[in-house]
Amino acid sequence: MSTQSLATQPIASPHAHGGNSVTRTMFRVQLALAPATLYGFWLFGWPSFFLWLLTILSCLGFEALSLKLMGSARIKVTLWDGSALLTGWLLAMTLPPWAPWWVAIIGGFIAIVIGKQVFGGVGQNVFNPAMVARVALLVSFPVPLTQWVAPLPVTSLAAPDFIHGLQIFLGNQATPDAMASASLLGYTKTELSRGIDLLHSLGGDHGALFSWAGTRAGSFGESASLLILAGGFYLLATGIITWHTPLAVLAGLAIPAAIGHAVDPTHYLSVSTHLLSGAAMLGAFFIATDYVTSPNTGAGQIVFGLGIGLLTWIIRTWGGYPEGMAFAVLLMNALTPVIDRFVKPRILGRDRKGKPLDIPESKGA
Amino acid sequence: MGVRELISRLFVGEWGVHPDDHKRPAAEQPVRVMPVPARLYLPLQQHLGGPARPVVLVGQRVRKGELIADAQGMVSAPIHAPTSGTISSVTEITAPHPSGLTLPAIILDADGADEWCELQGCDDPFALTAAEIGKRVAAAGVVGLGGAAFPSAVKLTGAARAKVTTLVMNGGECEPYLSCDDRLMREQAAGIVDGIRIMLHATGAQVALVGIEDNKPEAIAAMRAAAAGVDTIQVRPVPARYPMGSEKQLIQVLTGTEVPADGRPADIGIIVHNVGTALAVRTAVREGKPLISRLVTVNGNCAANPGNIEVRIGTLAEEVIAFAGGLKGDGLGLARRVMGGPMMGMQIPHWRVPVVKGTSGILAFDAAEAAEQEPNPCIRCGSCVKACPMGLLPLEMSSRIRNDALPDAIDLGLKDCIACGCCAYVCPSKIPLVQYFVHAKGELASQDRAKLRTDATKKLAQQRQARLERETREKAEAAAKRKAEREAAAAAKAAAETSRTTT
Ligand code: SF4
Ligand code: SF4
Repeated sequence: MSTQSLATQPIASPHAHGGNSVTRTMFRVQLALAPATLYGFWLFGWPSFFLWLLTILSCLGFEALSLKLMGSARIKVTLWDGSALLTGWLLAMTLPPWAPWWVAIIGGFIAIVIGKQVFGGVGQNVFNPAMVARVALLVSFPVPLTQWVAPLPVTSLAAPDFIHGLQIFLGNQATPDAMASASLLGYTKTELSRGIDLLHSLGGDHGALFSWAGTRAGSFGESASLLILAGGFYLLATGIITWHTPLAVLAGLAIPAAIGHAVDPTHYLSVSTHLLSGAAMLGAFFIATDYVTSPNTGAGQIVFGLGIGLLTWIIRTWGGYPEGMAFAVLLMNALTPVIDRFVKPRILGRDRKGKPLDIPESKGA
Repeated sequence: MGVRELISRLFVGEWGVHPDDHKRPAAEQPVRVMPVPARLYLPLQQHLGGPARPVVLVGQRVRKGELIADAQGMVSAPIHAPTSGTISSVTEITAPHPSGLTLPAIILDADGADEWCELQGCDDPFALTAAEIGKRVAAAGVVGLGGAAFPSAVKLTGAARAKVTTLVMNGGECEPYLSCDDRLMREQAAGIVDGIRIMLHATGAQVALVGIEDNKPEAIAAMRAAAAGVDTIQVRPVPARYPMGSEKQLIQVLTGTEVPADGRPADIGIIVHNVGTALAVRTAVREGKPLISRLVTVNGNCAANPGNIEVRIGTLAEEVIAFAGGLKGDGLGLARRVMGGPMMGMQIPHWRVPVVKGTSGILAFDAAEAAEQEPNPCIRCGSCVKACPMGLLPLEMSSRIRNDALPDAIDLGLKDCIACGCCAYVCPSKIPLVQYFVHAKGELASQDRAKLRTDATKKLAQQRQARLERETREKAEAAAKRKAEREAAAAAKAAAETSRTTT
């Protein structure tokens, strides 16, 4: 339909609008991410702040550049809608907090140019741009992408100051050995491969309890699972997301984890470890719920979420990588069009297949 | 709430939207009666169906209530003079019609006497047969006053035939800003209840369920009081949620049944009428008075003194607004003029458009209310899917229509769309979804019409062919017959001659 024929028509109803906008939605998601992010800054210091900032700027920059190259007249509007900013933010949350500057730049490029603009921009991409970037980075640069550091609250003496932090970020300073650490999932995986079972590797201070507080090694956003959860509840309360996806992701992860752990606690991590480690919370509430790349109906979202949870558990348990959320999300993204095709709402007055309901015999006029 | 509803609410969510209703303070003001204006503009098409046919001549004097245009066709409604006066012309005017085109109308100059023609009332409507009531309602030109303006008599007589058991009375008034039904129920509950009883009698339905949104407690109380002791009428508060007053949704909420997609409510034993229609039916049957006035809500941020006004059909919106108190700052800041409700009403180009039988509101919106904004690309947020009361996928349908894939849009349920506007209301990208759907349905209708036309042409051609063939055949037959006759005659002659020679 040509836009012209639309323009010549009288303006159709409705003549009122609920007031929701893309910018408002994105802003609320960012608000929901803020507590966990601030806490992350506190835990991991200046380098993590630089990483966060540069990843976002990189995404915005590549968005502007692509729009400009394509001759778009809506550069300002599109940048302002906050979706590129959010992509950068989410990507930063999944990176090791002390990752060097070029990770941010390359990540932004992959996310925006390859993950989004190549597909046609906002609303057209099949895969979650942040996850595309995350996975591409992990596969291409496995070493810097798995360099975790132990949390070192900015208030502690050993924490790098602003200049020192900048040096770490620019790669002029090697991460002190004393700070290098492994994430819980990575650690247990390595130990298992060395034949040390979970009961032994997780003895001592690696209990699940302290992961509630989030002071442990891991990507920038995964440590503060509880704050992420709080942000998720805020999104639920404001109606930005519905319960379907997050609950299904968590259930898809928790159910097999519970069964596995019950059968053999020496080889399968417990439910709470699974739920509070890695990107489980971030993935369930902020990544799997991405509008563009997830199904549109509640039922479809349940299928989608269960798939992500289950795949994450499978990859964590048997896969080559300690964390599988990003892979799981991408795999289910690919299935989204199929899910949307098969899981449709029932039209009022029709059955599930779209046939009109029967007219009762006696009443037929 | 039954288990099924709980499950559906949890898994499917709630259809519809909760717009700010903006009904008060207009709903709190008692109805004001507007005097008859000097001139009335009466479009011949004020209802669904065939336009009425004028039965008066220019210059003719008519009295109030006199028939000036008669119904034409099966589904149509007559139009009566809203006051006494002289027919000044029959011409085209801008009328409230979705097409935005001008429509033929009768223009009546009031003489100020406002004198009734002879009316034929009826003291005991319950002694009348269903057919007689139907005839009176039809003759009075009563149409659905909720907005769709479907001729009421057609529904009533159809219902009697279809063995309807339940009469659903729509007092939902779910459109924001409007309060004319609310006001009517508060002020004329007894008349409405009487009208409902007449309708029950005419349709043979056993029970009437009056659905009123729970944001109108005064109307619920008034209707309950008026219906007390009438055990065939139940007043049922329903949740305030748009589009609760839509036929299919109200039926679903009140009776738990669904109207089949290709059927009508009568197919499942239900008919739906608006509460205002009940009052008009009562007036038509008891007093013999045709439908010549109605309540109209004047509202919107630009209206200086919002309220409900009783207006003669044919009064210009301009005059209604002036009577109601005019526009704030002389219309400075006016961004959009709407007739009807904000969700389904139509935009009008100027105020010189008359009130018709289906006009429920005249709204003067400022820029903030009209919410005009540039559409952005769809972010597939699914808000529209959640809001759609019909269970459709507005985002998918609109993308098909944008790509000119009309058949795909139809497969997705385009024809089930009731144009309620919930999807566009919630869309964060401000995509004019309803505009797409209305456009596509228009396209569809014109395709259907074109098909009908080609079919008709084909049929004509076939008929012509058949006629030609028949004619040639007949000619040939006639020729053969003549030939045979000639031969027979010749043979007879020859035989006669032979016999003569032999004798
Ligand atoms: S698709 Fe049609 S029925 Fe559904 S919300 Fe939009 S306008 Fe209403
Ligand atoms: S509400 Fe608007 S932006 Fe969201 S899916 Fe529907 S059409 Fe797209």
